Amino acid sequence: MAKLTPFFFLSSLIISSSLAFQSDVDDHEFGLEGAKPQSTQQQTPTTRKRYSDPDSDSKVQFSLEHAFGDSDFSPAGTFSARLKSWSHGGKTLTKLRFSRNGFSDEEKDTFKNLLKGDDFYRIRLPSNVISPPGKEFVVASVRARCLPRDGLDEHFVIHMEGANVLALSYGSLGACQYPRQFKLPAKWSFNSHTILKSSEQAPRTPIFTEEVLGGENADGEVEPPPERSFWAKYWMYLIPVGLVVMNAVTQATNMAEEQTGGQAGGSQVQQSARRR
Amino acid sequence: CWYHLPEEKLVSNRHMAMEIKASLLLLIFLSYAIVSFSLYEDQVGLMDWHQRYIGKVKHAVFHTQKAGRKRVIVSTEENVVASPDLRHGEIFWRYVLGTKDAIDGVDIALGKYVITLSSQGSMLRAWNLPDGQMVWKTSLHSAQSSKSLLSVPINLKVDKDYPILAFGGGYLHAVSAIDGEVLWKKDFTAEGFEVQRILQPHESSIIYVLGFLHSSKAVVYQIDPRTGKVVAQKSMVVPGGFSGVILSVSSDKVVVLDSTRSILVTINFLDGDISFHKTPVSDLVEDSGNAEILSPRLSNMLAVKVNKRTIFVRVGGEGKLEVVDSLSDETAMSDSLPVTDDQVAFASVHHEGSKIHLMVKLVDDLDTVLLRESIEMDQHRGRVDKVFINNYIKTDRSNGFRALIVMEDHSLLLLQQGAIVWSREEGLASVTDVTTAELPVEKDGVSVAKVEHTLVDWLKGHMLKLKGSLLLASPEDVAAIQEMRMKSSGRSKLTRDHNGFRKLFIALTRAGKLFALYTGDGRIVWSMLLNSPSKSEACERPSGISLYQWQVPHHHAMDENPYVLVVGRCGSDSSAPGVLSFVDFYTGKEISSSDIGHSVVRVMPLPFTDSTEQRLHLIADTEGHVHLYPKTSEALRIFQRDFQNVYWYTVEGDDGIIRGHGMKSSCAGETADEYCFTTKELWTVVFPSESEKIISTLIRKPNEVVHTQAKVNTDQDLLYKYVSRNLLFVATVSPKGAGEIGSVTPEESALVVYLIDTITGRILHRLSHQGCQGPVHANWVVYHYFNLRAHKYEVTVVEIYDQSRAENKNVWKLVLGKHNLTAPISSYSRPEMFTKSQSYFFAQLVKTIAVTSTAKGITSKQLLIGTIGDQILALDKRFVNLSQAEKEEGIIPLTDSLPIIPQSYITHSLKVEGLRCIVTAPAKLESTTYVFAYGVDLFYKRLAPSKTYDSLTDDFSYALLLITIVALVAAIYITWVVLEKKELSEKWR
Repeated sequence: MAKLTPFFFLSSLIISSSLAFQSDVDDHEFGLEGAKPQSTQQQTPTTRKRYSDPDSDSKVQFSLEHAFGDSDFSPAGTFSARLKSWSHGGKTLTKLRFSRNGFSDEEKDTFKNLLKGDDFYRIRLPSNVISPPGKEFVVASVRARCLPRDGLDEHFVIHMEGANVLALSYGSLGACQYPRQFKLPAKWSFNSHTILKSSEQAPRTPIFTEEVLGGENADGEVEPPPERSFWAKYWMYLIPVGLVVMNAVTQATNMAEEQTGGQAGGSQVQQSARRR
Repeated sequence: CWYHLPEEKLVSNRHMAMEIKASLLLLIFLSYAIVSFSLYEDQVGLMDWHQRYIGKVKHAVFHTQKAGRKRVIVSTEENVVASPDLRHGEIFWRYVLGTKDAIDGVDIALGKYVITLSSQGSMLRAWNLPDGQMVWKTSLHSAQSSKSLLSVPINLKVDKDYPILAFGGGYLHAVSAIDGEVLWKKDFTAEGFEVQRILQPHESSIIYVLGFLHSSKAVVYQIDPRTGKVVAQKSMVVPGGFSGVILSVSSDKVVVLDSTRSILVTINFLDGDISFHKTPVSDLVEDSGNAEILSPRLSNMLAVKVNKRTIFVRVGGEGKLEVVDSLSDETAMSDSLPVTDDQVAFASVHHEGSKIHLMVKLVDDLDTVLLRESIEMDQHRGRVDKVFINNYIKTDRSNGFRALIVMEDHSLLLLQQGAIVWSREEGLASVTDVTTAELPVEKDGVSVAKVEHTLVDWLKGHMLKLKGSLLLASPEDVAAIQEMRMKSSGRSKLTRDHNGFRKLFIALTRAGKLFALYTGDGRIVWSMLLNSPSKSEACERPSGISLYQWQVPHHHAMDENPYVLVVGRCGSDSSAPGVLSFVDFYTGKEISSSDIGHSVVRVMPLPFTDSTEQRLHLIADTEGHVHLYPKTSEALRIFQRDFQNVYWYTVEGDDGIIRGHGMKSSCAGETADEYCFTTKELWTVVFPSESEKIISTLIRKPNEVVHTQAKVNTDQDLLYKYVSRNLLFVATVSPKGAGEIGSVTPEESALVVYLIDTITGRILHRLSHQGCQGPVHANWVVYHYFNLRAHKYEVTVVEIYDQSRAENKNVWKLVLGKHNLTAPISSYSRPEMFTKSQSYFFAQLVKTIAVTSTAKGITSKQLLIGTIGDQILALDKRFVNLSQAEKEEGIIPLTDSLPIIPQSYITHSLKVEGLRCIVTAPAKLESTTYVFAYGVDLFYKRLAPSKTYDSLTDDFSYALLLITIVALVAAIYITWVVLEKKELSEKWR
């Protein structure tokens, strides 16, 4: 079995790449939203093994509907997936496949009108995949001018909670620059990418105070903060004191000079007196 | 030369002394410049103020003991029990019960205890009357929700004990007034009996408990007060049933309306027998409609409101009714009050023009008016809602009356001897929305308060301050300095200042009154009661919903006043028609008001203003239409330009659906005008009802400023913050986990938070916290919840970074202009962003979270956490910063719990009772922000999260600086002169 799985995997890869409007996506690619669809296929074969349990798997199909501007919704494609039921009662969708219907000629015209008017292209999914449409439809929309590239680029992110579709993010794969330019697609074929997303678990709050405390207790004492230099501590006292000292020193030297100078002067006078 | 030397020595000594002094002054100056974050005792009240309120008074009980000081005890709709001072209106004591602990009854027992019954009759408390200390508290057993009743029999004594009778939740309890011990309880849950009145006839050892069974049967129980045993029981079916208020008119009679509201039924419980007497209202007045019994208790009389008239009906001995008086206008009445041994009086208050008339009449003889007073009353207080009177003996031994009145705006006033002794603006205890406004620019005649003072005063003040800072001040001087600080002219002048420290807070209260509070000292600059423009019957007084800044002039700031838009609603229903009112910020005058003819679900201020700087607003109604205001062609033109780029969303909390809408076209139909637009649904997010329930939604503050998008993390790596404003924070819990904490196991409850782009409906971030429970208190984006596994409260921080700009790190790209920093951003581009989140334990229970905001967003932010103890804790944003794992300078090491530093409570020793919300607003000065917290109390503080790095403090002594400079200059001059002299003398030698 373990040897067979890569084989299945490869074959499915070939099949999927041969179909123009199909994409095959697993639900474990949370972080790979921006990555190329080819890379998303390189899933670990071990996950396959888990899904191949035939008892709790069932197939579900639900349809994608679209509307042009304010028109009514009409079918636009089908999602098919495997519904995995867990022992604890939870359900998850796996192995989502999508087949997109191409635009009919009539739809092409309406879409062209949408492009001209920069109006909304809207899509919707049932909010419950087991018993569609469930409580409500989950609606998403995009400005039609965002879709055309070479073909029609579209990117679905389906947010799931069990068997319920919570929200649908829809748009082109890349950026949609504003102001949006009017541009007809070169090919009227869809290039679809689909990602299933379920809720991310919050990381547990780290608990490590005990360790920190334990470490401190082992050391016995909290390490004292690094000693600051004498200058850094007392500069505000040192500067005035320095000033005062300098002042005093100048005064003292002045005084000394004066005294010596005075004495010298006196002796000079005496000397000159003697000379006279 | 001999004499020359000593002189110079002297001079140099003086010079030295001068220099030492100068350096000392310099030192003092330096120590002033180092601003400490924590507060000194004498700084309390300089940058903050705190106002204590009690809320709208429901009951008031006067302490009627002859001796001692007169006291009054009030209980309010904000669940406060308080004792206001009758002389000045201050509060002696008050106690705020929890939000779910509504007070049902208040009375005085034993002449020294205040007894309150709350929580639908399940909590009985006794407070010491003089100081408000709680004496005892008893929680009573309650099985079902029912009306509750508190009765404090005056002369009932059972074995040295004075029982208090309390009915609630189907049980009648007798509780000892002395220690709160339950003496006995009687179970009425089985019958569904509702006690209406408890009577104790004089000289009787039996109490009578009157009540109704299934509102069709009158029952009287005779109960032995010692044991609670039923001695006798009588009942009688009253055909027609009852409805509305049941009023007891005397010790053995009650009057009630029948279920058709057109027949008054008098029920007589004489001597344990029951008899009833029916009187159709049409017999009493001619054009009768639905009647309503008014609540004041008058002895042997009742007041009935029929067809907007108030009629007084006397109840005769046999239950016969006769009309004795009728009043045409709305009159408020008090309960009756014994005046002399055999006379009972009551007070009535009615309006006439700008005056109110207070009359105290005898109940037995309505023509005898004991007191008649007319008092000028402010129009903006509305009508009189409630009156409570109390009498006192004047010095000439005649009766004097004082009346405590509650007005329509919830204010509380004491009237005595024809004047308003004091008034309290209790409306401010129920603030619903707050906005800020700049003060007028200073020019002639603008300043509202004249507080300029002369140069002499200024100098005196600074000399005092100087004395204070040189530690030479006497205690009186210190007091004077403190007083001067409090009243410094900068604080009380009502004009715009350079730093933007002075502002107005406009607060909207539940009563529909607007108050302008001045940030300097918290005084009320003006107040205004909202009026309905049509004055129709259905919408006499609209209730205010929210406030918006309608017009804020920048170009014509000198001669145009800003306006505030008040959105109100006629009635409590969300589909009720709305009312718009435009009020001048400076004067409080209503400029115009209009009935808009459609309901108000959501008001959206648009980022456009017209040529007169009026902001465009969209108002969504219940039918999914939006209406543009102001209704001018210019506004329409501006709006049409960006018609395609306007989006909005609605949250349907009960169904768990969030919908995004875009504009579609103009409304069709006859009633629609060109300012009405239809919308279309663009996206929906559907939360499965079995696993998730929305408990909190929140958007980013529209006026938030981000100074720099770039952020450097500890790896010296550059990250770009995601700065889109169109983000909605949603928190959901499992339906089971929506209850109280402790009601579910960790396995049953999970908390999920979402960040949703409101334009496209994309979920940008989704994180589930297993085993956690609400309530979630959030701010952008820090949220607080309970972790059931760890049994602790947690705070989680989410930061979102933009990846599309991550390539712009290269300096050369920036230099050569090869960057995408100036490209417009479209929400339809696939968001390239990543989030980081981190959880911390937080030991405090949280009521609300806010974050400080400054003018340019440069100053570091503080989280303001309103704790369960009604205090506000300022927590530095650095504590909850992500990527702090590495130890580096200025980064606080990572811990698992957030520290609570006692000094960082910005409310210091105060409590903002009943704290509901914290509002922050930036000052013009970057370092400073305002914090305004409201609940039952109001609290304001000017805060500098990173200290006031860009200004000197208020109490900086300019005189000291000046003197220092002068002294230094003088010293330089003197030394120079001395030097000159010396040199000269040396040259002469």
